[in-house]
Amino acid sequence: MCKIKEITLLVFSVFIFSQMHAQTDADAIMMNKNQLCSGPAYSYSTWDHYWEGTLHRINQNIGTVTTQSVMYMAVYGITGKLNVMASAPYVWTHASAGTLHSSRGLQDISVFVKWKPVTYSFAKNKLSVFALGGFSTPLTNYEIDYLPLTIGLGSTNLTGKAMVDFQHKRFTITASGAYVWRSNVKIDRTTYYDTRQHLTNEVEMPNAAQFQFRSGYRGRYLIAEGVVTNWTTLGGFDITRNNMPFPSNRMNMTTVGAAIKYTLKQDTHLSVMAGGNYTVKGRNVGQATAFNIGAFYAFYVKNNGNKK
Amino acid sequence: MLICSAAMLGSCSKNIIERTDNLPALTPSDIDINAGTWKTILLKRPDTFAVNAPALTNSPAYLAELNEIKGLQQNISSTQKNIIKYWSAGSVLRWNEIMRELVEKYNLPPYQNPDGTYPAPNANNPFAYPQFPFSNPPYAARAYAYISAAQYDALVAAWHYKKMYNRSAPYTVDSSIKALVPKTVLPAYPSEDAVVAGVTVEMMKLLFPTEIAFIQQKLEEEEEYRLISGANVRSDIVAGEALGRQVAAVFVARAKSDHAGTAGGSPQLWSSLAANISAQGQTPWISLEFPKRPPMLPLFGNVKPFLFDSLTVIALRPGPPPSTSSDDFHQENAAAYAQIKNPTREQNRIVQFWADGVGTYTPSGHWNAIAAEDFIKQNYSEVRWARNMALLNMGQMDAAIVCWNTKFYYFNPRPSQMIAGIKTLTGVPNFPSYISGHSTFSESASTILGHIIPANASKYEAMSAEAAKSRFISGIHTKLDCDAGLQAGKSVGEFAVQRAMTDGAE
Repeated sequence: MCKIKEITLLVFSVFIFSQMHAQTDADAIMMNKNQLCSGPAYSYSTWDHYWEGTLHRINQNIGTVTTQSVMYMAVYGITGKLNVMASAPYVWTHASAGTLHSSRGLQDISVFVKWKPVTYSFAKNKLSVFALGGFSTPLTNYEIDYLPLTIGLGSTNLTGKAMVDFQHKRFTITASGAYVWRSNVKIDRTTYYDTRQHLTNEVEMPNAAQFQFRSGYRGRYLIAEGVVTNWTTLGGFDITRNNMPFPSNRMNMTTVGAAIKYTLKQDTHLSVMAGGNYTVKGRNVGQATAFNIGAFYAFYVKNNGNKK
Repeated sequence: MLICSAAMLGSCSKNIIERTDNLPALTPSDIDINAGTWKTILLKRPDTFAVNAPALTNSPAYLAELNEIKGLQQNISSTQKNIIKYWSAGSVLRWNEIMRELVEKYNLPPYQNPDGTYPAPNANNPFAYPQFPFSNPPYAARAYAYISAAQYDALVAAWHYKKMYNRSAPYTVDSSIKALVPKTVLPAYPSEDAVVAGVTVEMMKLLFPTEIAFIQQKLEEEEEYRLISGANVRSDIVAGEALGRQVAAVFVARAKSDHAGTAGGSPQLWSSLAANISAQGQTPWISLEFPKRPPMLPLFGNVKPFLFDSLTVIALRPGPPPSTSSDDFHQENAAAYAQIKNPTREQNRIVQFWADGVGTYTPSGHWNAIAAEDFIKQNYSEVRWARNMALLNMGQMDAAIVCWNTKFYYFNPRPSQMIAGIKTLTGVPNFPSYISGHSTFSESASTILGHIIPANASKYEAMSAEAAKSRFISGIHTKLDCDAGLQAGKSVGEFAVQRAMTDGAE
């Protein structure tokens, strides 16, 4: 059975950018040793309202911004307690009004290592603790300074995350917290203004924190959860009145959504997943509604006596 | 990047060193001792404003002033050291950077009213939204020109008195005073830094009235630096600042009567512009914004130029573009469309490098940055710095005037108006297409800068050509707009060159 559960835990349709974090860096599912699960996924995110700083507004010169992506993702069990996962999306953006040109391109590759050092079972309960480390970096030299229609923010990110999962029979609760270190980025112009003038093409990207809480049903074939995610940029500045957004804005968002995954009873190599979320609160980001779907195939690369 | 492993996240520095953070102190290769004879711009004579003779260096008053410096030099804080490091790179340079910063801050188009009209900034109520000014490209070009020209005239006057009174710097008079800047034989009275600060602060009061407290603080910092560094006594500074402020008054008076104040036009004017063009059987420009925004400063083409008279503006206006119904015109727009269908990364880089749109220092500011960073390497005296910046910026303002005059005379539509499928790689400016502003600004700048630093002439020419090209490949302009802009810019730049050859500085 493939244990990829959810693709776009973080479709940040942050003011533009659909930063696709690969699924399982956010859930409590582990692949077995030598098991490889991979497949394509698609996501769609759209917004017409956004927050200019804390001001909620629309912009008739942008209309509705749509971000779509297709990605391929893979998870591999080095052991049952140590998984590695990778993904890379191709992203395209579009504004329904105004004259700004769409953009498209290969965004960032993301690699996560997920380790489950502690599992404690008692009665019908199970408690697990996870530690994750992630690395992501742009695969192409895409245009960064083109918000809200750029395909990504261009920074190389290092993520450290801790996660706790509690399961009582089929009921689960998972909570995680992450710290994301983001590298500086370089833009095509030689000077910019945030809250002062900078005579350089280098932009300091504030680091960020991410928190997630998810809870629901985790069955043998069906997994269904509600998910609340918060992304908080630790620094940065607000978009000034009627100005353009900028990569180092203080982009914050809280999304509420659901994620479903179903493994086919007829062929447990195959699974499908779908999810959606809505931005309930934000700052310097689009108020996005996002959906995603994916299909995965799982198999054992080597027979390790653990065959299904 | 991987070196910043997870274990050392906290220590992975993100500090950025900006291009002019660590400049050496300005050490002019020539003090231009005779600059008091250079041709002024508005001042009738270098001694239009009197500067009293300074106290003798052996007088009790002067000795007290030396003691003030000695006291200040007892304990120099790290903040003060940073102030010295910052300002000693050059007064004209640093004020030019500050000016660009203010343009960036205020270069934001106002948000619409609920009824779909747009509010305009009001100089008489500058703090109300939208704050005054909206430092768009013409406004900025004019601001740079007035400030640079006023700095130049004020420094010519200062140099006149420096040579006349010939009072040495404190560190020369008293060897126990430390020189925290490179020593110079240029007479210290009146202080050139205080002259520049005084004239600039007065000009900025007019041009950026909501920033008076900020610029006053910069002035105080700069004057403190001159005292602590042993370069000036207080009377050098007082005399210099007063002279600067007096010279500014002459420029402020001109600015108030140069017709820029009425360049925004009125609803009647906006509709008559379109009606006139329609009456000629041509398609008039319309705003591509929602809701439709009035055109940017439609009467800026009537502003009084610095380098020539208003009749010359009309003479410099290029001939008409092809009829909007002609095949030629259609082909120009079709070529722009072909450019933006599949933009390359390099195309995007060029567009973004030169975009200089909302929230930036505008094309003129970009050329100020290019010029300033090259002037740093030339080790000019302050007065030559100011002269070169004035030549550049009078050329920028006059380029804006000729360009805007042309744009609103022909009121020619943008490619995106003619072909709805044309999507642009940066924002479409809200004014008519013909002729390209970027091209006019850039070629004016490249022409005068190539004269000032001949060794860089081909570099500036290539940059100007790329700036012009950036507007074509972004879908903002036809090639014709750019070519005509380059030609007009060249003509304006040649007026600046003419002045440069006859102002006594070469």
